Amino acid sequence: MNMLVCIKQVPDTTEIKINPETNTLIREGVPSIVNTFDAFALEMAARIKDANSGSKIVVVSMGPEQAKNALKECLAVGGDKTYLISDRAFGGSDTLATSYILSKAVAKLEELEGKFDIIFCGKQAIDGDTAQVGPELAEHLDYPQITYAVDAFAEGDSVRVKRECAEGYEVLAAKMPCVVTVTKPNYDPRYPTIKTKMAANRAQIPVLTSQDFEIDLQHAGLKGSPTKVKKTFTPNLQKDSVMIEEETCEAAGQKLAKLLGDAGII
Amino acid sequence: MEAKNKDLWVFIETDGDGRARSVGLELLGPGRELADQQGGKLVGIVIGSGVDEAIKSAAAYGADKIVVIDGSEYAHYTTDAYVDAFNTLVEKDTPTTIFIGATNTGRDMAPRLACRLKTGLTADCTGLAIDEESGNMAWTRPAFGGNLMATILCPDHRPQIGTVRPGVFKKGEPDAVRQAEIVQEDIRVPAGRIRTKLIEVISELGGALVDLEGAEIIVSGGRGVGGPEGFEPLRALAAVLGATVGASRAAVDSDWIPHAHQVGQTGKTVGPKLYIACGISGAIQHLAGMSGSDCIVAINKDPDAPIFKVADYGVVGDLKEIVPILTEEIKKLKA
Repeated sequence: MNMLVCIKQVPDTTEIKINPETNTLIREGVPSIVNTFDAFALEMAARIKDANSGSKIVVVSMGPEQAKNALKECLAVGGDKTYLISDRAFGGSDTLATSYILSKAVAKLEELEGKFDIIFCGKQAIDGDTAQVGPELAEHLDYPQITYAVDAFAEGDSVRVKRECAEGYEVLAAKMPCVVTVTKPNYDPRYPTIKTKMAANRAQIPVLTSQDFEIDLQHAGLKGSPTKVKKTFTPNLQKDSVMIEEETCEAAGQKLAKLLGDAGII
Repeated sequence: MEAKNKDLWVFIETDGDGRARSVGLELLGPGRELADQQGGKLVGIVIGSGVDEAIKSAAAYGADKIVVIDGSEYAHYTTDAYVDAFNTLVEKDTPTTIFIGATNTGRDMAPRLACRLKTGLTADCTGLAIDEESGNMAWTRPAFGGNLMATILCPDHRPQIGTVRPGVFKKGEPDAVRQAEIVQEDIRVPAGRIRTKLIEVISELGGALVDLEGAEIIVSGGRGVGGPEGFEPLRALAAVLGATVGASRAAVDSDWIPHAHQVGQTGKTVGPKLYIACGISGAIQHLAGMSGSDCIVAINKDPDAPIFKVADYGVVGDLKEIVPILTEEIKKLKA
């Protein structure tokens, strides 16, 4: 199996703080991580690699120079080759423009690494939370897509995927090549070993810019993005709470039941 | 693409029995108001097989017109069949705006459709309005795990499309005698176009579907329940209330309860009438998934837990003692 895993370097959203005066995110000192769902996607690919000898995993990211650190982490936990797609002209891309750039980069990567059988993405990035780039990439490439995967297996010329759906789970099969987007499986990403980590740290990561592959820059960056951000603000979730503080738990439970009953909530 | 009219379309997602799922009917509420502001019709788009019930519901909840694509290939959702059919409709009669529920199905279909139409899509909206300056839809959505809100416009492309979180808007009152114009569209997708094959549907939890998104009451547990057996009193409370059991990421990551129960950024977004959070501290990722609930009750030992900030009713104390008492008291109330 020849697999491509698309990853994004994101700020760890559990560590984000808001500046109360400017209502903006404080990014300084917030660690950058490989997007959680992308790490799951890489692990899913790595398990297919383990089960199919002679397989290869290429990991690609689009972003600034510092995203190389995220790619190095991937090299230590299953990735064989990595590439960074980076160009100032790509800045400000929304999901449509991002997926267009990635689709053009895939064509170039296939020249370098051979045709990919499966392209894995995390179901969404934990910063943007859109879950759009995977399906949009599949559409640009005119590949079938299977989203919300919790497990995937290669079977002959098909990929078999268990995915979350409204009924619980469904198992789908599609002929390769196919795009698979990954949610949380019932396993965790593997840990790097000292050896894989050291090798990853020494790795040189090739960078592809808009000069290196065929792309129409009219469809990239801000001008290639149909959506525009009008404003950002911090949510106000604070409510006027009724606090119940009683001497005993019994009294507290009774009071809560009475309040909910009186308010017509139950 | 240019809009051919000022209409606003709402995708009425159907279930296996041809009934409308809740989210499509919820969206007819804001859809009604915004279609009027746009000066167009409110159109329900029903795709499925044997969907008479969904058509009736869409009419009762306020659609002016219902476009129906009925065929055996639509009985079970597939990306290829639904996107092909929806795309054909849009090319024929391009509306100004489309709302799609941000369910697993909606979030699978919408980006593929938006990409084929080369237009903008805003995901997981929690706020819908018309931008006064430009007359475009102003889509408001959370990002960064709920830490930040953004308002997005799609000024130069049509249709402008957004997916909207289930539970954010409440279903209006249905009017069973309300009539809508019904248009049957004969759009068929050949079997060869559908590139995914359904092998099986699995309901892992003994056949019991965890329908958090459609739940009216959720009793949810976090780290504070202490272990898998700690969910038992919560299940007892849920049984008395007719509620669905939810969980925080901490409880799911500890393997106390399956992921299907998880509420929050990496789980489901919910908007029940009543959300009872037991032993949940209230990380922003959890709040992002449940702060749209009508009424939030928090039970937690830690008086400084952030969950109390979003709670309508807060009880500082041990859930292991309080939950059984609450269950008994509610039994008495219901008797």
